[in-house]
Amino acid sequence: MSNAPVDTGRRRFLTAATAVVGGVGAVAVAVPFIKSWNPSAKAKAAGAPVEVNISKVEPGQLIRVEWRGKPVWVVRRTEEILKNLATLDDQLRDPASAEEQQPAYAQNAVRSINPEYFIAVGLCTHLGCSPTYLPDTFGEQVEGVPSGFFCPCHGSKFDMAGRVFQGVPAPLNLVVPPHQYIDDGNVIIGVDQGAV
Amino acid sequence: MVKNIVDWIDARIPMTATYNRHIGHYATPTNFNFWYFFGSLAMLVLVNQLLTGIWLTMNYVPTAEGAFASIEYIMRDVEYGWLLRYMHSTGASAFFVVIYLHMFRGLIYGSYQKPRELLWLFGMLIFLVLMAEAFMGYLLPWGQMSYWGAQVIISLFGAIPVIGDDLTLWIRGDFVVSGATLNRFFALHVIALPLVLVVLVFLHLIALHEVGSNNPDGIEIKKNKDENGWPKDGIPFHPYYTVKDILGTAGFLIVFCYVLFFMPEGGGYFLEGPNFEAANPMKTPEHIAPVWYFTPFYAILRAIPDKLLGVVGMGLAIAVLFVLPWLDRCKVKSVRYRSLIHKLNIGQFAVSFVVLGYLGAVPATPELTIAARIFTLTYFGFFLLLWIYSKNEKTKPVPERLTH
Repeated sequence: MSNAPVDTGRRRFLTAATAVVGGVGAVAVAVPFIKSWNPSAKAKAAGAPVEVNISKVEPGQLIRVEWRGKPVWVVRRTEEILKNLATLDDQLRDPASAEEQQPAYAQNAVRSINPEYFIAVGLCTHLGCSPTYLPDTFGEQVEGVPSGFFCPCHGSKFDMAGRVFQGVPAPLNLVVPPHQYIDDGNVIIGVDQGAV
Repeated sequence: MVKNIVDWIDARIPMTATYNRHIGHYATPTNFNFWYFFGSLAMLVLVNQLLTGIWLTMNYVPTAEGAFASIEYIMRDVEYGWLLRYMHSTGASAFFVVIYLHMFRGLIYGSYQKPRELLWLFGMLIFLVLMAEAFMGYLLPWGQMSYWGAQVIISLFGAIPVIGDDLTLWIRGDFVVSGATLNRFFALHVIALPLVLVVLVFLHLIALHEVGSNNPDGIEIKKNKDENGWPKDGIPFHPYYTVKDILGTAGFLIVFCYVLFFMPEGGGYFLEGPNFEAANPMKTPEHIAPVWYFTPFYAILRAIPDKLLGVVGMGLAIAVLFVLPWLDRCKVKSVRYRSLIHKLNIGQFAVSFVVLGYLGAVPATPELTIAARIFTLTYFGFFLLLWIYSKNEKTKPVPERLTH
């Protein structure tokens, strides 16, 4: 040991510098560990668009297709259902679809390109359960509304355009995925104009 | 010969000293009652979970394609596989029964009060990790309830403003709960969290043995020592409480084995019906409810008709337990010498917790939702009231020495 006087300022600087460099290193090393939890290239690729033939859907019927592992609904709405939609505004949280839960081309009173077909991701905006389609018995949930979607998990309610009713846990309307019609009977889900 | 070996080891690591410090000469109050079984029982269940868990991994396949079938394989084709699996699944529920009773013991005897705050905090961290461990373990069978339960719980993080959506995507590793999620939950369930759990249990014990055990009278036995420095109201942990804990273990095993052999599904509460159907991302079961040990917190979540506030309420219900040592400002520990209002408050808290647990397990109706809101208020009311009246609480005189 040398008896030379200790330069405490210098010692403190070196300690701090070492700690900072070490800290930066620790943060840098954390990056791959954290990033590896993101969806892998394979998971992203599995999000490819799906084509659906809708010509055989009966009025009032709902079919499910899988897109990105999620259930996507295609519902054929009758005139009666469409008429009923216009009467619900004061019972809904977001009747005019002001929140961006749909592409611009579905931001209308019936939340679809073609009013007859309603296409939505069938996952509740509360905590992601898949609501149940009640074609005839929805009136038990909301008086005067014969059909709609009821989430079995926490009781959220949606009308036939996927718009959420007031007083339920779900904050937002159901998501309308990007989609476009190839012809009258076929629709492709997951892409819209120009991307095909 | 034996002495020579012991001496040889003691010259190299403090084996005998450690044994004496934590078992042989650890001074324990003389008046422990049945509430003091649950600490040692929690350790027993932990060992059961670790052992059966390791054995289950030997035949379990952690992929979306193979998981459900591999559970059936364990149940039917692996020798004694059914027993190992039921020991593990029943053990999970037993773990929470024991832990909740253990926590309630701490609550009534004021075991969280100074100087045991850190001991309580380590215990709460154990509880938190245990909940994460149980949640991730429940995904592994890849049944309907596994799948949709995970979907709901992970979506809770989506309620966080701004970063919520990206956070849930990051946790799942996919756009929905998928094989990627299953794989990482498996890794966390079998390696990461058990490691953390064991370290926390170690710290919990070190903290306990540093300050010494509390007791039903809430008196510090270290304040009354004989001329040798041994607490007058203390007895060594071994053989007195090792023998007592063996009795507790026997009683526990009778109940545990009854469930294990005669009702391993626990009436649909330990293993839920929809989980005997493989996960189907297209369809949510009619009625989804978490396993019973989460239902009190789940009822609070459901009671609040706002996504973010519901999640915050549920989080607070757990977080508020962490700060209990600082909410209780009374200097008297045990409920035996505290005021009537405190006794009533603890009573209503226990009732609220149990009723919330029931409400969280049944489908919500408008009337039951109102009930859940009332009991959510009384749950939080316990802590608020405690903080208010504990400052100037009218307590009974605390004896100098332990009573029996």
